[in-house]
Amino acid sequence: MRTRPLVLSAVAVAAVALAGLFGTAIVRADSQLVGAGSSFDYPFFSRAFYQYSQVHTDVSVDYQSIGSGAGIQQFTAKTVDFGASDVPMNAKELAAANASNGDVVQVPVALGGVVIAYNVPGAPANLRLTPDVLVGIFEGKISNWNDKAIAALNPGANLPNLPVVTVHRADGSGTTYIFTDYLSHVSSDWNTSVGTSKTVSWPAAAASLGAKGNEGVAGQVRNNPGALGYVELAYALENGMTYAAIQNKSGRFVSPTLDTVRAAAAQKPNVSPTDFSIVDQNGASSYPICGYSWVMLWKAQSDAGRGHALVDLFNWVVSSGQSYAKNVHYVPLPSNVQNGARQALATIH
Amino acid sequence: MSQQTVDIATAGLSLTSTRLRRAISPVGDRAFLATVTGAAWLVLLVVAGLFIVLLLASLPAIKTVPLSSIISTAWDPTNGKYGVLSFVFGTLVTSAIALAIAGPIGVACALYLAELASRRLAGPLGMLVELLAAVPSVVYGLWGLFVLAPIMRTMVEPFLNKTLGFLPLFQGPFYGVGMLAAGVLLSIMVLPTVAAISRDVFLAVPNEQREAMLALGATKWEVLAKAVIPYARSGVIGALVLALGRALGEAMAVVMVIGNKPAIAASLFAPGYSMASVLANEFTEATGSQYVAMLIEIGLLLFVVSLVVNVIARTLVWGVASGSRSRTR
Repeated sequence: MRTRPLVLSAVAVAAVALAGLFGTAIVRADSQLVGAGSSFDYPFFSRAFYQYSQVHTDVSVDYQSIGSGAGIQQFTAKTVDFGASDVPMNAKELAAANASNGDVVQVPVALGGVVIAYNVPGAPANLRLTPDVLVGIFEGKISNWNDKAIAALNPGANLPNLPVVTVHRADGSGTTYIFTDYLSHVSSDWNTSVGTSKTVSWPAAAASLGAKGNEGVAGQVRNNPGALGYVELAYALENGMTYAAIQNKSGRFVSPTLDTVRAAAAQKPNVSPTDFSIVDQNGASSYPICGYSWVMLWKAQSDAGRGHALVDLFNWVVSSGQSYAKNVHYVPLPSNVQNGARQALATIH
Repeated sequence: MSQQTVDIATAGLSLTSTRLRRAISPVGDRAFLATVTGAAWLVLLVVAGLFIVLLLASLPAIKTVPLSSIISTAWDPTNGKYGVLSFVFGTLVTSAIALAIAGPIGVACALYLAELASRRLAGPLGMLVELLAAVPSVVYGLWGLFVLAPIMRTMVEPFLNKTLGFLPLFQGPFYGVGMLAAGVLLSIMVLPTVAAISRDVFLAVPNEQREAMLALGATKWEVLAKAVIPYARSGVIGALVLALGRALGEAMAVVMVIGNKPAIAASLFAPGYSMASVLANEFTEATGSQYVAMLIEIGLLLFVVSLVVNVIARTLVWGVASGSRSRTR
């Protein structure tokens, strides 16, 4: 074998490798921020971070949508600069984080609702459901669409003799957390037997399917006549799904829209990482199943440049960045929540 | 572990036999020998390392979760319940369905390719069958969700319910997704494994066997049934066991069509859950060291089962292949 082609190719490979090593160092932005966590935030973040980088060309943000729990873990392990989760860290997670790198600052960055989508051929859109009926469906007590309880709420509606099959999220999800939080609030039975979590043990009496991701739930609801499932508001609006009007605490049947979710959030201006549930709020136009999504940052930033970049980024996200929320069907944060978020961000040094 | 990896390992290990070493010329050959041996041992070390890491990471669960909790169907990690029976059941049932469908079809396909097809047809056809193995699992999963599930729900399951509905296996509501859909999807995925290996095994049967049968006046069918298949039996069983190994570990395709409900039901139409699926679904969001350790323990269980199945398969396939290696092709 001739040696010259071998030597030349070896030199070429070495050159490419060196260029790769040094090249990335040269073209990398001055601040490259990395975050990971909730998939709920991902559509909003990808739009917002891109817009931010267009204006602030020295900052680039990389966000990995791996799920709330994994986001918290990566944040505590300090592999990412910020974590995102639909549920703020609980006491155990906070203790682990404090042991790792001190205090944590958690700020709300996104606001969304959970809609109840259904597929019943012949039934009207915006079917009315009360909390008791919803709990009954997911517990398996109401197992057919022509049940008296549903018919009583929807006089004149064409409800066929069709078994109900509920669809839930098989992967751990913030949407599940918000939905089970609501069910636990409206039913003490659900609270004791099932509880609130990102992954719950769904009552076995109900005919139910598990699906992966919002797309999975939507797909199952679309493909199975008689199916009923919970999906994120943004996703339901984007895909034109049929969803129910739920009776809120004030007794009115409310459809999930950006306005009704915003009205619910306004009922509770002072949300904090320890008191963050906004389900089942008072108010005539409040939609009962909503929740915030949170970002966690270290209070003491070791790298001053990075720290400043992070604080600036999230100050922008909770303020001007919210104008991009509507395009992707998220509800912009209410102004009092924005103020609270900015105050929390100001404590980072 | 693919056939190639194992072959490299064997080549590396056998080349270091003393008789051969004396005959090798220095430097260049020695360097090559060292590299190849090193590569072989590296592969084995990686597998051993994987096992050890899995074991160590699942120790918190092995130590704290009682066996009675594990051997149950109640899977509720937030409340400390870790029953894995429904996953084991789901894995075994879907793999059994896959093998029941892909086994006979794969062996028949291999027989056709090895014995009956004309030489011009056998090559391209064999390649097409092997191409099925190249399709990524997640693509199979999506196809299963959007194409197979509706077909199951509207055509296959009602038909089975009408004709075989007296069996509890085929009763109950049809959702399209469920154990049966997952089993059918898995059978399509393991079919190329069965067909390709069985074809090689049939080709490895020495011609003298066939000629002897023909000389005794046997028909084509009798040659196959009485000479080829019995001779290749252990190899075909090895192929089936390999396919089982693949079916046991399949995650992405199964998670989309199995229904993801941790429960054991008598009907094949019902949704279920498998070990690989629960890992795919819950691993990223699992919090708490016991929960994560428990998931890793499920992964360890799956790893051990797949390893055992593969070892059995290799032993069986080598049994027939090595016996006739000197006389093939």
